[in-house]
Amino acid sequence: MSFEFPLLSLIIWLPIVFGIAVFVTGDDRNAHLARWISLVGSVLGLLVALPLYTGFDSTTSTMQFVESHIWFERFNVNYHIGVDGISMPLILLNCFITPLVIGAGWEVIKERVSQYMGAFLVMSGIVNGVFASLDAMLFYVFWEASLIPMFLIIGIWGGPNRVYAAIKFFLYTLLGSLLMLIAFIYLYQTSGGSFAIQDYHQLAIPLIPQILIFVAFLLAFAVKVPMWPVHTWLPDAHVEAPTGGSVVLAAILLKLGGYGFLRFSLPIAPDASHFLADMMIALSLIAVVYIGLIALMQVDMKKLIAYSSVAHMGFVTLGFFLFNSYGLEGAMVQMISHGFISGAMFLCVGILYDRLHSRQIADYGGVVNKMPTFAAFFMLFAMANAGLPGTSGFVGEFMVIMGSIKANFWYAFLAATTLIFGAAYTLWMYKRVVFGAVTNSGVEGLEDISKREFALLAILAISVLWIGVYPYPLTDVMHATIDHLLIHVNNSKL
Amino acid sequence: MNFIPPDFAPASSEIFMLIMVCVVMLADLTAGENKRYVAYLLTQITLVGCTVLTFLSFSTETSQTFSGMFVDDSMADILKLMVYGTVSAVLIYSYAYISDRGMLRGEFFSLILFATLGMMVMISASHFLTLYIGLELLSLSLYALVALRRDSVIATEAAMKFFVLGALASGFLLYGMSMVYGATGTLHISQLAQIIQSEASSKEVLVVGLVFIVAGISFKLSAAPFHMWAPDVYQGAPTAVTLFIGSAPKFAAFGFVMRLLIEGMGEMVADWQGMLVILAVMSMAVGNLAAIAQENIKRMLAYSTISHMGFLLLGFISADSNGYSSALFYVIAYVLMTLGTFAMIMLLCRTGFEAENISDFKGLSKRNSWYAFITLLLMFSLAGIPPMIGFYAKLSVLQAVVNAGYIWLAVIAVLFSLIGAFYYLRIIKLMYFDEPETDEPITPNSEVKILLSANGFAVLALGIFPQALMGLSLYAIQNSM
Repeated sequence: MSFEFPLLSLIIWLPIVFGIAVFVTGDDRNAHLARWISLVGSVLGLLVALPLYTGFDSTTSTMQFVESHIWFERFNVNYHIGVDGISMPLILLNCFITPLVIGAGWEVIKERVSQYMGAFLVMSGIVNGVFASLDAMLFYVFWEASLIPMFLIIGIWGGPNRVYAAIKFFLYTLLGSLLMLIAFIYLYQTSGGSFAIQDYHQLAIPLIPQILIFVAFLLAFAVKVPMWPVHTWLPDAHVEAPTGGSVVLAAILLKLGGYGFLRFSLPIAPDASHFLADMMIALSLIAVVYIGLIALMQVDMKKLIAYSSVAHMGFVTLGFFLFNSYGLEGAMVQMISHGFISGAMFLCVGILYDRLHSRQIADYGGVVNKMPTFAAFFMLFAMANAGLPGTSGFVGEFMVIMGSIKANFWYAFLAATTLIFGAAYTLWMYKRVVFGAVTNSGVEGLEDISKREFALLAILAISVLWIGVYPYPLTDVMHATIDHLLIHVNNSKL
Repeated sequence: MNFIPPDFAPASSEIFMLIMVCVVMLADLTAGENKRYVAYLLTQITLVGCTVLTFLSFSTETSQTFSGMFVDDSMADILKLMVYGTVSAVLIYSYAYISDRGMLRGEFFSLILFATLGMMVMISASHFLTLYIGLELLSLSLYALVALRRDSVIATEAAMKFFVLGALASGFLLYGMSMVYGATGTLHISQLAQIIQSEASSKEVLVVGLVFIVAGISFKLSAAPFHMWAPDVYQGAPTAVTLFIGSAPKFAAFGFVMRLLIEGMGEMVADWQGMLVILAVMSMAVGNLAAIAQENIKRMLAYSTISHMGFLLLGFISADSNGYSSALFYVIAYVLMTLGTFAMIMLLCRTGFEAENISDFKGLSKRNSWYAFITLLLMFSLAGIPPMIGFYAKLSVLQAVVNAGYIWLAVIAVLFSLIGAFYYLRIIKLMYFDEPETDEPITPNSEVKILLSANGFAVLALGIFPQALMGLSLYAIQNSM
């Protein structure tokens, strides 16, 4: 864009301002007003984010839409934001998911509506801030701040075991990020007093400090992704969170971890990344294979999808540490596509839960007889989750497998087992829930999806199919940035 | 004999304060039973008057008086202004509480003012004796304040404990000071630094003296292992007094450390650095671990104070103006959060009901969502979560620690603050995730309403724009060194 309009700031702060406006509507007597303000806010948030795509120059890897102001001089911290081909698609994904989440809670949430809707809007803005920050301290503030709304969402509107899940979620994430804070302060000292992330990229650091920095970042990002073995908070959080919370958690918050690897770990500590690549690949493959097997055995639908998320995010981290363009681009596509698919899967489970108040697979059976439209959508998303060609799930996984064949046949072999396990656990669950004869009176009384639910699922279905058939608009914008990152990572800093 | 009167100007606010304490006492004597608020108003006027006087005498130059026993520099002025503001806020917060409980008497106000005077003297002392007099004036007033409800067994016990241990600590301090005097032959803090620098003194005696001085300081700061009094006193004292003990004296303690360790014995940094590291780590460990087990909110906050004091000590370890200013920033942030938190506790008290237990916060968000939100901000701030001010306080201290090369210490500090986050989260959990046990309305008077809202908002706003406060702390330190 030629004129100096603070577009990114608008994308960050508009949802937050609307969120505060929603809080102000007060108690549940004004619930209707709260719902409408938040819908308007989230849709506006998406609309103002669109120029980010149309005005984006995909031929360059430099930061675009940059804004920089002094925030506090004492530590040379700047309000420095901008996007490149990695962060821009993630911001769009976040802005895209927010209206859907608001829609998903439209009728379901009846208590403290304004706080619920407001929390999601504020979080949306904060997450945009995380993706857009080019200053480490600004990044950290947004990163930590995103914990607060999610903590409250799980704790207030969650299921029976919500307190345990909320506190586990918070403390797990805080542990990782506090060590990241130390790494930032260390980098601040070694860079001679700068918190600019791009300065860190150029910083020559010896191998041992690089490894320590890498490990500090790894704890923060691995917990968020989550990688095996620090994934255990995720099933708890997912199971207890309300539907909207699960959707945001899976679609957006997990991506913060993946983004962190691309923005911090790889470019700041490239030698440590290469040095520890085998370990990272091993952890990723364990997530893909072992967590896939665990998912197979789940009796709770949300838990099953949560484990499947861990397995799919294993693909993402695998892609990062192959250090070739197929792997990296595949991982990026996988992140976006997982945002759509897991969001959609959680919505589907949420729709069932709203009707029968059970997430147990055993409580369902023969749903197709009563909810044919729903069954059709659920089928599409289940197939996408299993990685069927023609859906977005296939594109990312295929690219990462291509990348891993280049690196090592056995990586590819193990990674490809996900196509079997993924199909097995998703479709088996689908079969038990949807097909067959109607098993109980609860299912007998089910009603098919409403117009609101239809609209939500249709939007997601279109996105999943679009990226599955024609991923070029997505890969095009990230191409230059990923190439640049790859060259940077493959150059030793020592 | 030719008597030259000393220059009273640098001590004008102290003198004014002393006169006004007498006025408050006399006024309360003559005012009737139903005119108790006169003392309150006079106290507030005194604080405003002191603020004006300190503000007028504010200059970037350091002036000394009373044969160099008393110093007025920009650090002293800034700390004193903070003290006035804090004490004034304490009084506004506690007015309803004390009048409900029959403590609205002249003694309360005059003791608070005497304590404030003690803090002012401590902050401005440049001589061991002045320092000690200020400290004792503060301590004795606090002992009496804790015992103000003499019919309460638990308060009397707390006061006894506080007094006995406090006297012991004062003894330590005096003993340490006499050792230092023996080694250097001076009680003037500025001369002390020169003598230590010239190495004309016995190093062994100095170090022994230093150990006792640090022990005395740790007691006053309630740093582990000299923290034993804090939980009992915090719990036993009336909440209004706990609020006072937990807030303003922290500024005085900061000034105390600065005058004694940094200005006086700054040359011996290699000796006290190690001691502070041990004290800091122990405080963070004891404070954070013990706080988890507490059911009484005041006790929990006492342990939380201990852990925060540990964090504060980390700021001194780097031994440069960067570290000291981060410590000062930490104190300011800490006092701001403590004020709000104890004010919330007093808000939950009613006539005939003391909010003492953590469970009294249950379901607060359903009883009153605004105060629950303020408490949420305060708790996240105490836990050090951005964008609240508590995070920047931790950040600046950690930055100083890493700068001094103690990365491992920074790692320990963040691990303990992770443990600390748990018990602050528990309060939030009670407020937001649980059902209320009572539906008594919360009805503060309008001053408290405004001040508490401003207090909670400041925790957030100063977190989003921390530059002014950080600049002020740096200015206070750099101008005085």
